[in-house]
Amino acid sequence: MAQTMTQKILAAHAGKEEVRAGELILAKLDLVLGNDITTPVAIGEFPKFGRAHVFDRTKIALVPDHFAPNKDIKAATQCAAMRAFAREQGIVHYFEVGHDCGIEHALLPEKGLVTAGDLVIGADSHTCTYGALGAFATGVGSTDMAAGMSAGETWFKVPGAIRVVLTGRPRRWVGGKDVILHLIGLIGVDGARYQSLEFTGPGVAALAMDDRFTIANMAIEAGAKNGIFPVDETCRAYLAAHGAQAPKVFAADPDAGYARTIKIDLGALEPLVAFPHLPSNVRPVRDAAGLPIDQVVIGSCTNGRLGDLRLAAAALRGRTVAPGVRCIVIPATQKIWLAALEEGLLAQFAAAGCVVSPPTCGPCLGGYMGILAAGERCVATTNRNFVGRMGHVESEVYLASPAVAAASAVAGALALPE
Amino acid sequence: MKVSGKAHVYGDNVDTDVIIPARYLNTPDAQELAQHCLEDLDATFASRVARGDILVAGRNFGCGSSREHAPRAIKTCGVSCVIAATFARIFYRNALNIGLPIVECPDAAAAIRAGDAVAVDFDTGVITDETTGRTFRSEPFPPFMQELIAAGGLAAFWRARK
Repeated sequence: MAQTMTQKILAAHAGKEEVRAGELILAKLDLVLGNDITTPVAIGEFPKFGRAHVFDRTKIALVPDHFAPNKDIKAATQCAAMRAFAREQGIVHYFEVGHDCGIEHALLPEKGLVTAGDLVIGADSHTCTYGALGAFATGVGSTDMAAGMSAGETWFKVPGAIRVVLTGRPRRWVGGKDVILHLIGLIGVDGARYQSLEFTGPGVAALAMDDRFTIANMAIEAGAKNGIFPVDETCRAYLAAHGAQAPKVFAADPDAGYARTIKIDLGALEPLVAFPHLPSNVRPVRDAAGLPIDQVVIGSCTNGRLGDLRLAAAALRGRTVAPGVRCIVIPATQKIWLAALEEGLLAQFAAAGCVVSPPTCGPCLGGYMGILAAGERCVATTNRNFVGRMGHVESEVYLASPAVAAASAVAGALALPE
Repeated sequence: MKVSGKAHVYGDNVDTDVIIPARYLNTPDAQELAQHCLEDLDATFASRVARGDILVAGRNFGCGSSREHAPRAIKTCGVSCVIAATFARIFYRNALNIGLPIVECPDAAAAIRAGDAVAVDFDTGVITDETTGRTFRSEPFPPFMQELIAAGGLAAFWRARK
């Protein structure tokens, strides 16, 4: 029976020839991820699974990024608990603030910890980011993380899929963020619920890895179980450059069954923005330009990579942030921070009046480093604009690309990059 | 297993950020989380909820963040069951894994009003609005998930299987 790319990866990890949508399977895990918020709960659950040690200390990644560098005493206590667990269990891929750390979903691909064909679970909803590398990756809760750390396998319901066929080539100032916002606007925040989003078509070749990471990252914002890209030369080159293991390439059967097919002409897209309070409230920026703002955030697991920072710097074009607007730039990892420094991007941001933060999830989830007061408006390159997401319940978050965010910082209002 | 209680009714896309805002995620302590349950959607909920009460919502309940703190806060503040038209998948999985009973039933979600007395029979899948006298039938869980629910969560289920 014909299978989707996702189904083939799941079948391979369940030791089966094939799997069908709706089937419940037990599958082996290549990597289990947790952060400083979800890991403490998993540590509490871990002993209940009956084993003293993790199944494989090289297949677990623990990343302090949400409230790290520690934002308060309680956050420090959570980070300390994760650090102690990592030491006690001999976890190889524990990352420390500074050194070689960063936001988990930018960090793991950068470290070569995920390769094509892998099955990854992470106690963070944006774990689906690694679908950009041709892996099956999905977000789970802390109990699943504990089960995964204990047994190295867990249960899955095999998803059906939506096929997203990309054609054409994006215009200047249009990128991955606009592609995924367009798709979420089209199908809604539960449009892919319990399903895979499988991206395909000649347009894939026109997307850089950073664009693909952004697209796969926000698959969850359409309710998807995972988002996944085919393994092409761009992907292989990224994996090789980052020292990942040899790719295990799975491709969807030509006659695989899809619940629906959506076609997107990349050349027809324009810069988009998602209005509060759902990522599906998408409008063209040109229809919303001029809306006054108080803050801009450029960063997060969605858009904090080097390509995103370059785009933001290009949109600034040597101009300065509007008076009264706070523009916070957050390179996603230590490596990206350093590369941005060496390229002169950080100096450009600082000279323009932005503040450059160390890598952290920080304001994206309303943690710290840029919380909004009642009535404040922020254009953010992050992933969610729910009520209270970045601060007060009466604050507003507008989701957009790094180019739109930077242009808006200069204008002091929602603006198109010129 | 049967539960019954007073209904608290909310709309579509109740996300895990409003169920438990990130500003409270600096602790894994469920008792502390429960004090802030649904705070950004309904600031009075945590003080009004009584043990056994039932949460009723529309489509895509629990969307967004994978934070298991959300179902833990709901369970610990005394809610006996969540009825929704549909659930977001990570929340669905988390609820079963921690032993929070959930039922998917669009008809019940649309008809039940705030304050109604509601009973849920998990063995038959029948939901009864005792205030209006209406009954609704939910889809039964697949056998694997019924076992998971009966065990009270993933850890107990896992130990029993091994």
